[in-house]
Amino acid sequence: MTTEKNQKLRALALKVREHIIRMSTDGGCFTGASLSCTDLIVYLYSEYLNISKENLDDPNRDYLFLSKGHDVPALYGTLVELGILEEARLKNHLKTNDHIYWHPNTNVPGIEFHSGSLGHLPAVALGVAMDCKMRKQNNKIFVITGDGELNEGSVWETMLVASAYKMNNITFVVDRNHFQANMRTEDLIPLEPLAPKFEAFGCNVKRIDGHDFVALEEAFTSLPFSDDKPNVVIVDTVRGKGLPSIEEQALRWFCNFSHDEVEQLLKELHGVEQAIITSEKLVVR
Amino acid sequence: MSAKADATIMKSYEELIKQTALNDERYVVMTAENRAIIRSLPPILKERFIDTGITEQCMIGMSAGLALRGRIPIVHALATFLTLRPFEFVRTDVGIANLPVKLSSFVPGFLSDGNGPTHQAIEDVSLMRGIPGMQVFCPASNEDMLAMLPKIWASPHPSYVRINTRPTDYKHDTNFEIGKAEVVSKGKDLTFLVYGMLFDQVREAKEILEKQGLDVGLINMRSLKPVDEAAILEAAKYSKRLVTVEDHFKTGGLYTIVGEVFLKNRVMADVMPLALDERWYRPGLLSEVLEYEGFTGAKIAERAMNHELV
Repeated sequence: MTTEKNQKLRALALKVREHIIRMSTDGGCFTGASLSCTDLIVYLYSEYLNISKENLDDPNRDYLFLSKGHDVPALYGTLVELGILEEARLKNHLKTNDHIYWHPNTNVPGIEFHSGSLGHLPAVALGVAMDCKMRKQNNKIFVITGDGELNEGSVWETMLVASAYKMNNITFVVDRNHFQANMRTEDLIPLEPLAPKFEAFGCNVKRIDGHDFVALEEAFTSLPFSDDKPNVVIVDTVRGKGLPSIEEQALRWFCNFSHDEVEQLLKELHGVEQAIITSEKLVVR
Repeated sequence: MSAKADATIMKSYEELIKQTALNDERYVVMTAENRAIIRSLPPILKERFIDTGITEQCMIGMSAGLALRGRIPIVHALATFLTLRPFEFVRTDVGIANLPVKLSSFVPGFLSDGNGPTHQAIEDVSLMRGIPGMQVFCPASNEDMLAMLPKIWASPHPSYVRINTRPTDYKHDTNFEIGKAEVVSKGKDLTFLVYGMLFDQVREAKEILEKQGLDVGLINMRSLKPVDEAAILEAAKYSKRLVTVEDHFKTGGLYTIVGEVFLKNRVMADVMPLALDERWYRPGLLSEVLEYEGFTGAKIAERAMNHELV
């Protein structure tokens, strides 16, 4: 990857993170989980997947399904930056005159399917992948799951079936930010060793740094990893990435900052100075 | 091809599904390893026959994905494992998106006879009708079902059908319409409202009561959602008493539906439920179950007359 491209991606990701921070007030959102997958989503939409404002209804487009739906602010921000979603609509966050809320829904252009309940979209995406295969189309089908989401049995049912049907046109990306809602995954339901679990289910697995655009490009441009197995990419990430004030803090899952905190955090994002955050922790959502 | 034409040609569920899928590429057949009545289909439908193994959640999620791409999945599993195990997937993936996924449930109600309570789908109507947009159908026999399915599958809505392959000597009206009941007869003394395999038991009950000199009505409530409100209201006007008969919990099924129709229309009527009240049924061969639980023709007739109305 050229330095220019890397810088362009970083700049784009920074803008998306700004959108996420601005959505983390007046009701708030799942800030930490959105920040962890921002680089991944930015890379996939802007560089890799064949998805654009012009081809949203084209059956030959690629598909991305956001199964860990609570990170949708990262997707809203990316869709805005790519011109698929009008920026003004972000101001309608949590307003009933629009459909911009805590989980994805198809009233937002670019969103393929609703989610929110964990463990659903791997199977939905597999259905799409199977149809694309039947029609001998070359669409790439992507699903982003959380790591806590891997607690759900339906994810593993889907791995079994995807593997049985040798679905190499589907890629399951795990945003491995090492946290589920309020706990470190390894302190609650340990997932490691994670890659061998997917391998044992018949998938090809790569594990990379999810904040490194070079690594993301290397992994995704080598897809499919084989002719006869589903692909899994585990991206190691940091929950809250970009905001040291909330990074890797178990209790900063759902964030509803004050307007002043938002301004401070925007400065923190740009490396000016660290914010002082006093708003409520461990919000029930 | 009209529903009537289909029904006269097709002799079996398997034949109907085969012809439907061969005539229309949109149809795919899915099963969570329940192949008994669709066993000949894999080599015929090839990749459009999708067996996901014993993974009901995954199967329902996949059916939604296939429907997103324009397919019409006809999805099979035992009734409990089609409705209960993946309930949230049906509600969330199929229901919220209102996708044309066609659920075909095997051995619903009393038809799971000897399996025991794990396999007794006797809350399926209640659960499925609770999902916005989901249509619910319970054919009275194999013939009734074959007349109904073409229109159900052609509808743009998701649906749940209690599969019933039992033969009958009754000639059903094959002009099935979604939302319409089959009014077999009107009766001044009482009217039976029934769905599914108990239809033939109720026919026997009706004959017994008619021999006793009673004027007995009978309605095949094969479309439970949408339901035929007019047929229910007409029966209430015409008959002194209505008797709902169902292999389902008393809560949430036909008795509840009839109650909702009366409340909505401000009608007061005498309605007796013959259903399973807050308990599972005693497992055994179907004939044993019907006898034990009081759902043979004779028992239904007896209970319909002996019930003390409150």
